[in-house]
Amino acid sequence: MSELIPDPGAPLAPSGNLRRRQLVSRAAEVAATAAAVAAIAVLAIVIWTVASRGIKTIDLAFIFTGYPTGIGPMLLGTFVISLVATLIAMPIGVLIALFLTEYAGARGVHGMKLILDLLNGLPSIVLGVFVFALLVDHKQQSAFAGAVALAIIELPLIARGSQEVLLLVPKGLREASDALGVARWRSVLTVVLPSALGGIVTATVLAVARAAGETAPLILASSVFDPKHFSVNPFEALPNVPVWIYKLSEEGNPEGFNEAWGMSLLLVSLILFASLGARALLARSKRKLSS
Amino acid sequence: MTPPDQAVPSRVRIQTGAGDAPSGVTGTTAAPAFQPELVFDAREVAIFYGAKQALAGVSLGIRRGEITALIGPSGCGKTTFLRSLNRMNDSVPGFRIEGSVLYHGHELYGGNVDQVEVRRRIGMVFQKPNPFPKSIYDNVAWAPRNLGLRRGLDERVEGALRGAALWDEVKDRLKDSALGLSGGQQQRLCIARAIAIEPDVLLLDEPASALDPIATGAIEDLMHSLKGRFTIVIVTHNMQQAARVADRTAFFSLETGGEKPVGTLIEVGDTDRIFTDPHDPRTRDYVTGRFG
Repeated sequence: MSELIPDPGAPLAPSGNLRRRQLVSRAAEVAATAAAVAAIAVLAIVIWTVASRGIKTIDLAFIFTGYPTGIGPMLLGTFVISLVATLIAMPIGVLIALFLTEYAGARGVHGMKLILDLLNGLPSIVLGVFVFALLVDHKQQSAFAGAVALAIIELPLIARGSQEVLLLVPKGLREASDALGVARWRSVLTVVLPSALGGIVTATVLAVARAAGETAPLILASSVFDPKHFSVNPFEALPNVPVWIYKLSEEGNPEGFNEAWGMSLLLVSLILFASLGARALLARSKRKLSS
Repeated sequence: MTPPDQAVPSRVRIQTGAGDAPSGVTGTTAAPAFQPELVFDAREVAIFYGAKQALAGVSLGIRRGEITALIGPSGCGKTTFLRSLNRMNDSVPGFRIEGSVLYHGHELYGGNVDQVEVRRRIGMVFQKPNPFPKSIYDNVAWAPRNLGLRRGLDERVEGALRGAALWDEVKDRLKDSALGLSGGQQQRLCIARAIAIEPDVLLLDEPASALDPIATGAIEDLMHSLKGRFTIVIVTHNMQQAARVADRTAFFSLETGGEKPVGTLIEVGDTDRIFTDPHDPRTRDYVTGRFG
């Protein structure tokens, strides 16, 4: 026992097993840092691979013409499907966020957050099968069916993101509008929502960026299409980027591989720029709200 | 300085409504006779937040057209009492009130009373200025618009801003953001916003505590000019402020007799008397600075 009590007169250099403990501590720090660097490296390698192989394929014709010279119909289709999905998911997601911040009690908030997390964790192939059984089987494939699946993917992201921003709207603003004898819903519509609008748009963009690349539901809902056909009709199967990448990479045709890399680069850049831009916007609107 | 014309009938309507009601109310209760000059008549009010009692045994009348100041040390329940006068506490989890608060003879916490209607007639200005992130004009016009008072909106906004002694400072930049105003201007804007819908009563919760002395002086001058048009109840921790602006002063304090200290009303009277001839020794200690 007496060994554990250092002699007050001893020099302050490490004694006992301190050297070993410091080594372990150092090793843990190195491992954690290496893991973080690995994550950055994975992203960098993916982007580099996609960019270096895809960049030579991309030109104006590639973006604006149809098969076999370009992928215009697929880009247009992905745009339409994402738009329809967002038109479905955004109002419902924002209403869920309003339920969480303005109306629900503590238990309601807890339960609803759990539901949203579960929804967020659903595998996209399960949503694909669900939508297939509901909207496609015995009928026909449609961009709308795909959009419903993507809307389910977007919903929890929009709801949680919007909730986060709505919570930042100062309580004083709600008290002020309450004290003026204006009903809650009018306050929500004309004071709370406008204050949080920037953040809600951001949450939506992030959700779209996540959903736009989802492939599994679209293979089931919108994969039998004509790659030459420019169309915005959501009630037919629309050409779209993820499914076309999937098809090309299955075919074993070198031309098709190049095309797939080009499309991958477009998709990755769109998602990357949308996410980064949205986050910058979110940071700005958060600063504005908390100042 | 005159209020917008169309606002006058609404105040008259509120008053006549009150004139009809008292006979029925007093006839059915054993409480003391209804005093028509009272806007609020609180009787034995006790307020709880969950298991914690914040206020006990407050009986206080607020007279029409006067300024009543609620003073007292921190935590004595004066703000809690103020917020119970327009039901702003209703949204606080665990809030419960006992006793009775009559507003022009109507039970404020009665069964068919609508919170939104209560607050439309009883406005409130908060400790920290809380203008909406909108233009100066839209801040004042927001409530009238939402309440359907769209006719003569420009005149109404100007009247409210003049009423809050802010018009000359902002008339050339009504479209600018309200967040660009100074703290004192923001608070006067909040007062303008509250009086734009011509409420019957204004509740002010330490409206000058976040402001510098010059801005505080402007708010106090403003209160003198609003007196008579509105019944005003102000919570302040500043005794000089109460002495300067209030007709009547109510002193709240913590009653430490029970297990846990509970806020209660110690004494109420004309401001001059409370400060020069307090009847209760606790009031005397507080106003002479020996306590709190």
